[in-house]
Amino acid sequence: MTAAIETSALTRRFGSFTAVNQIDLAVPQQSIYGLLGPNGAGKSTTIKMLTTLLQPSSGTAQVAGFDIVRAPVEVRRRIGYVPQMLSADGALTAIENLTLSARLYGMSAAERKTRIAEALDFSGLAEVCHKLVKTYSGGMIRRLELAQAMLHHPAILFLDEPTIGLDPVARRTVWERLQALRRDFGMTILLTTHDMEEADVLCDTLAILHQGTIGVTGSPLELKASVGPEATLDDVFVAFSGGTIQESGSYREVRQARTTMQRLG
Amino acid sequence: MTMMRFLMESAAVSMAELHKIARDPTEMFSRAIQPVLWLVIFGQVFSRVRDIPTGDVTYLAFMTPGILAQSVLFSAIFYGIAVIWERDLGIVQKLLVSPAHRSALVLGKALSAGLRGLVQAVIVYLVAWLLDIHLRWEIIPILEVLLAVILGSCIFSTFSLIIACIVKTRERFMGIGQVLTMPLFFASNAIYPLEMMPDWLKLVARLNPLSYLVDALRGAMILGGHSTHGLFLDFGIMVAVFLLMLVVAAKLYPGLAR
Ligand SMILES: Nc1ncnc2c1ncn2[C@@H]1O[C@H](COP(=O)(O)OP(=O)(O)OP(=O)(O)O)[C@@H](O)[C@H]1O
Ligand SMILES: [Mg+2]
Repeated sequence: MTAAIETSALTRRFGSFTAVNQIDLAVPQQSIYGLLGPNGAGKSTTIKMLTTLLQPSSGTAQVAGFDIVRAPVEVRRRIGYVPQMLSADGALTAIENLTLSARLYGMSAAERKTRIAEALDFSGLAEVCHKLVKTYSGGMIRRLELAQAMLHHPAILFLDEPTIGLDPVARRTVWERLQALRRDFGMTILLTTHDMEEADVLCDTLAILHQGTIGVTGSPLELKASVGPEATLDDVFVAFSGGTIQESGSYREVRQARTTMQRLG
Repeated sequence: MTMMRFLMESAAVSMAELHKIARDPTEMFSRAIQPVLWLVIFGQVFSRVRDIPTGDVTYLAFMTPGILAQSVLFSAIFYGIAVIWERDLGIVQKLLVSPAHRSALVLGKALSAGLRGLVQAVIVYLVAWLLDIHLRWEIIPILEVLLAVILGSCIFSTFSLIIACIVKTRERFMGIGQVLTMPLFFASNAIYPLEMMPDWLKLVARLNPLSYLVDALRGAMILGGHSTHGLFLDFGIMVAVFLLMLVVAAKLYPGLAR
């Protein structure tokens, strides 16, 4: 079986700065693949290239069987994306957000109806679907965003820090939803995270990115074993990224929390 | 088929915007204030200036289309701010990963600005009627006015979007927005006829799309008013300008996702 995502020397420069440097990734079909790495490692930049939002400076990538530069529209038809920021529109209701997505994916009225019902069911937001999204909790917004991203049953889902800023319960709910998407629809999921527990519990394969290059890839078990018999993923992270998790998490969380506040306010 | 798809994508964006417009009646109200002030205060004072050559119509009637054009301009020109806001939140990114045509997304935004413009038109008609300004109430001229208002809103909202794509931050946008709107307004035929201007300003006004909006409105909106260029030319120029803006904006819009 061919890989869902395959990159070859994928590179992105901003001016003279290389944010993503010649990375080779192969993400197996129907896997949950985690991109880890300290702030500024190039995780979001990689996802933006794979979702066709950003042109690579050099290198190539195939996503769902199509080249991201030569056939971006074909790629877009087959992917869903939840950005690092909160991307549901707070001035609209859940239904209106979902309807917008459904229309942009060219669904007929009948199809829209069933898919939106399915998505509301999936996200557990049916009861509040006529309320403005700005009145939702962070967890509800994330679930709505997931619902929006899965509405058209994409082959591949890209999630940039899907559980950042969520409480433990909301976080687990997101994990369950993601596992359900893989189980029920055979979706491949590529996510970034700073949460080692998330990486450990949810992901089949991890790649640790550091200054734009991939330090190591492997299953959580393999990676831990490679560092030492008692090693945790935290140790793996430190070993391959030369940073510490404590340092990296904080500012990001502050920023994210602020975005959430603005969003809700 | 592709055309249908294209229009549906635009409609999707417009409809989402429409929900927001419908939810914020206070915004409508605050938008009404400016045209009222212009007509009631500025208009009343300038009506006393006898030297403004306004043809067969009173100065107040002469400036009414100009004030409608102005309120279209002022409400459309800040569209870019909303887009920058949406970019900071990740909404733009979400739209851009969909397979929707880029220009359909831009057109959808523009059309929703057109809808806002229509509300402005209703407000200005209402105020003008209260001030006893003699308007043309036949159906065809009114449709011409509405079409001109939609086109004008599309032009200036897309222009605003282009600026947003270039400057990318709210602070810079606010700065540029202020710097652009006033000259666009004053270097046009909105509140005085072109004949009164020095030659260099005439030239600027001729290059200013707002002048064609005002000219079209002046022909269609007020009793005894007439358009200098004729509606055909006014609309032709506005359509051409809008298409050009649409092409440029569709090229720049994806850059916002960076
Ligand atoms: N549009 C841009 N222009 C210039 N530099 C950029 C741009 N986008 C990203 N960068 C830089 O590229 C590097 C990688 O950024 P990226 O957002 O991919 O990191 P990340 O791994 O997602 O980090 P985080 O964990 O903070 O989200 C950073 O140093 C960032 O400053
Ligand atoms: Mg990131």
